[in-house]
Amino acid sequence: MRVESKFLNRILYIRPSGEIDEHNATSARKEVDTLAEQYVTLAQQVVFDLGEISFMDSTGIGFLIGRYKKFHRYGVPMYIANPSQATDKILTVSGVYTLIPKI
Amino acid sequence: MSNYMKLEIAAKSENEGFARSAVAAFALGLNPSISELSDIKTAVSEAVTNCVVHAYASERHGERKILIECQTEKKQTEGGFLHITITDYGCGIEDVDKAVLPFFTTLSADERSGMGFTIMQTFMSDFSLKSEKGKGTIVKMTKEIGVEKEEVRERADA
Ligand SMILES: Nc1ncnc2c1ncn2[C@@H]1O[C@H](COP(=O)(O)OP(=O)(O)OP(=O)(O)O)[C@@H](O)[C@H]1O
Ligand SMILES: [Mg+2]
Repeated sequence: MRVESKFLNRILYIRPSGEIDEHNATSARKEVDTLAEQYVTLAQQVVFDLGEISFMDSTGIGFLIGRYKKFHRYGVPMYIANPSQATDKILTVSGVYTLIPKI
Repeated sequence: MSNYMKLEIAAKSENEGFARSAVAAFALGLNPSISELSDIKTAVSEAVTNCVVHAYASERHGERKILIECQTEKKQTEGGFLHITITDYGCGIEDVDKAVLPFFTTLSADERSGMGFTIMQTFMSDFSLKSEKGKGTIVKMTKEIGVEKEEVRERADA
């Protein structure tokens, strides 16, 4: 799992790429949480760009909600951008957008 | 004309990607759309992941195997059905009616959302779950292929 990021106008953009399943989630968590620790006190909001995610199952739901809870603790809202049709379907079915709105 | 395949894999997370891709490749014979194929991949990933993280969670289990069987059934006209059976010989499920409820998980500490069975049910055309404590679990799912309107169908092999 590769994770790209940028910090612009107090917005932290996180763009993971590849497949989020049980096998890849551990490394994705580690990478993203390192970024989170670095920027959580500086960021006004976090945008997860899912445009490069080629596959995601419920492990990805748990992953996104887990990150949401981390940022929420610091009062930093999180958003989702660019989901593929397949990713959008699974996020809609599991109600993720009620916690993490799509922009 | 029907087709059949049987795949036995070790219950390891590194086999999840292989398992869903193998079933998707087998399904190509039914000429599915991209979204039908992606539904199948997701549902298989859910069932296989459950075997890895729940069925064989305890150290007691010696042989940790997952059996995946697929059968195609072609309609006279376009399309057909893909029947998938995923079996494990792990710990089994205490209460299957409870397990299938949205958000029900026994592993909330591990960032599990409890959506696996809900996703299998909504992404597939038919779903059933059988389990026996200490013996194992059988998930059966069917995907009807070719039900989308022709104009919105995007061929997966195009
Ligand atoms: N093959 C299995 N063997 C034993 N228990 C299982 C099996 N599959 C599911 N379960 C039980 O059923 C519960 C619900 O499964 P489900 O896939 O819906 O959610 P989850 O795996 O806990 O979370 P998620 O799939 O969202 O990551 C699990 O928490 C587990 O207790
Ligand atoms: Mg699951």
